[in-house]
Amino acid sequence: MDVMPKWADVVLIPVISLVLAALLSTLVIVAIGEDPVAAVKLMVTGALGSTYAWGYTLYYATNFIFTGLAVAVAFHARMFNIGGEGQATLGGLGVALICLALPWPHWALALPAAVVGAALFGAAWAAIPAWLQAKRGSHIVITTIMFNFIAASVLNYLLVNVMRPTGSMDPATAKFPPGAHLPTLHDLLAPFGIAFSRAAPANISFLIAVVACVLVWLLIWRTRLGYEIRAQGHSEPAAVYAGIRPVRIIMAAMLVSGALAGMMAINNVMGEAERLVLNSVEGAGFIGIAVALMGRNHPFGVFLAAILFGFLYQGGAELALWTNIPRELIVVIQALVILFTGALDNMVRMPLEKLFLALRKDRA
Amino acid sequence: MTLMHKILGTAAAFALSAGAALSEPAMIYDLGGKFDKSFNEAAFAGAEKWKAETGETYREIELQSEAQREQALRRFAEAGLNPIVMAGFAFGSILEEVAADYPDTKFAIIDMVVDAPNVRSIVFSEHEGSYLAGMMAAMASKTGTVGFIGGMDIPLIRKFACGYVQGVKAANPDATVIQNMTGTTPTAWNDPVKGGELTRAQISQGADVIYAAAGGTGVGVLQTAADEGILSIGVDSNQNYMHPGQVLTSMVKRVDVAVYDAFMSGADLETGIFTLGLAQDGVGYAVDDNNAALVNDDMIAAVEDAKAKIISGEIVVHDYMTDNTCPVK
Repeated sequence: MDVMPKWADVVLIPVISLVLAALLSTLVIVAIGEDPVAAVKLMVTGALGSTYAWGYTLYYATNFIFTGLAVAVAFHARMFNIGGEGQATLGGLGVALICLALPWPHWALALPAAVVGAALFGAAWAAIPAWLQAKRGSHIVITTIMFNFIAASVLNYLLVNVMRPTGSMDPATAKFPPGAHLPTLHDLLAPFGIAFSRAAPANISFLIAVVACVLVWLLIWRTRLGYEIRAQGHSEPAAVYAGIRPVRIIMAAMLVSGALAGMMAINNVMGEAERLVLNSVEGAGFIGIAVALMGRNHPFGVFLAAILFGFLYQGGAELALWTNIPRELIVVIQALVILFTGALDNMVRMPLEKLFLALRKDRA
Repeated sequence: MTLMHKILGTAAAFALSAGAALSEPAMIYDLGGKFDKSFNEAAFAGAEKWKAETGETYREIELQSEAQREQALRRFAEAGLNPIVMAGFAFGSILEEVAADYPDTKFAIIDMVVDAPNVRSIVFSEHEGSYLAGMMAAMASKTGTVGFIGGMDIPLIRKFACGYVQGVKAANPDATVIQNMTGTTPTAWNDPVKGGELTRAQISQGADVIYAAAGGTGVGVLQTAADEGILSIGVDSNQNYMHPGQVLTSMVKRVDVAVYDAFMSGADLETGIFTLGLAQDGVGYAVDDNNAALVNDDMIAAVEDAKAKIISGEIVVHDYMTDNTCPVK
């Protein structure tokens, strides 16, 4: 197992993967006749160069932290939860129902209720595939993917037929009451004398995402349930031998995973749009898989990877705004990073392992 | 570098002209992307026509995420671009907030009404155009069964469907209309394979004229209809040329004209609600060399008669949006 020192596994491999992805992206930009240096500068200043830029980067990162954590928790039990998309969609429905149900007097009351609603709806959407896996052995990858489509159809039906105000062209709910408005980072930082951009959508959900990272770390490495989840993930027969019930662990891991994915909705639905629109998740559930892969299923890794993907999203948006690089190529650049950090992990890992082995032999 | 030039240039233009702004217009496409062969592409065509005629340039962005709607609007407004034209109803609620923050910038939104002093709202009477398409479908059909294939199941597409069915029933009260939507996710706008499958399914149920209001999915509908030897009806742009002699007509929606007009008026854009219906030639049916053999004089006479009656108010085509229901199935 310990062919490489831990720092090489955690830091070196992701950095080399990123450098390779950046080099290929440069070639792509040169190939279409744009200036790669200017493009990178634009991406960096556009995503990190001002509080406005950080506001968008952190907004996207918040989404990815939640979905990344969702994938990571399930993966510790070796469950591949591809259903973050659908669970976050349903989480959005939970948030919308709660925000629209009452004329909330203050966000401090609305937020805990919305968090509970989002988590419950997300968990409920994960519960059925989890139960099918635990009791019937239906493969979780297949069922969670199928549940993404069912979630999209359910939301489409509800928004077009039930929740849409009459006469409105847009398949979306009415706007949430003002009492459900979450404070943005601008509102939160103003008392400390920090002038954070007013226009950026990053909000208090980011802090909740950070808290979620800590709680997930506690759950996986500091609780009995977490130990059982990891034991089940490493070897189910051994776990059973130790008196761990697989059905219980599968259900618990998937419910926590679904709840985390659902909680993404407090950021994008309650914090940003302040109403429920179709397609509000926009692939964040799938990005969560890449984030968890890159973050090595550790909450701190997920946090860093989510910031990186937030940077890619916001930097990509700036490229689209101010250059003629078509958006398809911006997706290509984002995809290259995912490809190198996620899918092509072994391409970097194997030569590195050989290198470290050779070094060790020299020393021995 | 070009970016800095653009920003500095715009700032300089502002400083020089002091009020009478001489600035670039901006175009914001919706999530479908500007090459969707349909709605966004029509907007792009209008912008390009303006560019070719005036020799000036414009800024544009194709959105990738919902959060970019507000971002793009604010960034363009802050950069001094004027007017800012956006294609799609989904900008509505965001524009309501943004427009108030930039009172000196003119905005134009297509397919949605936003009530603000610096916004031009352009809406089309798609139900009227679809009504005429429905009449032609019923008259061209030999089996008495015609089809409708929509993109994503959203109110706008139901508005198309409802007008179409009313037209079919007006021309042939006994006709049957088969309706299908392609899907419930945004991929439904760009799934020609599924469009083709739905076309085959409708043909097996007896349909011999099929109207596609489905963006890029319609390409598959028109292709399959041509392969199977039945007629189809295109949408938004004039799509008669795609299969000459096999596309009955196209329900054109002049998004390109709306964009072109907005760009032409520049910063002096007249604001308010502009409804483009049959009377304004904002919607209509296309007849050209490609489908001349398919439409006969009776058909044209009947459709022109209905058109005149709709314009005069003698025939009222029910608009799905007013009460979320359709009187005919």
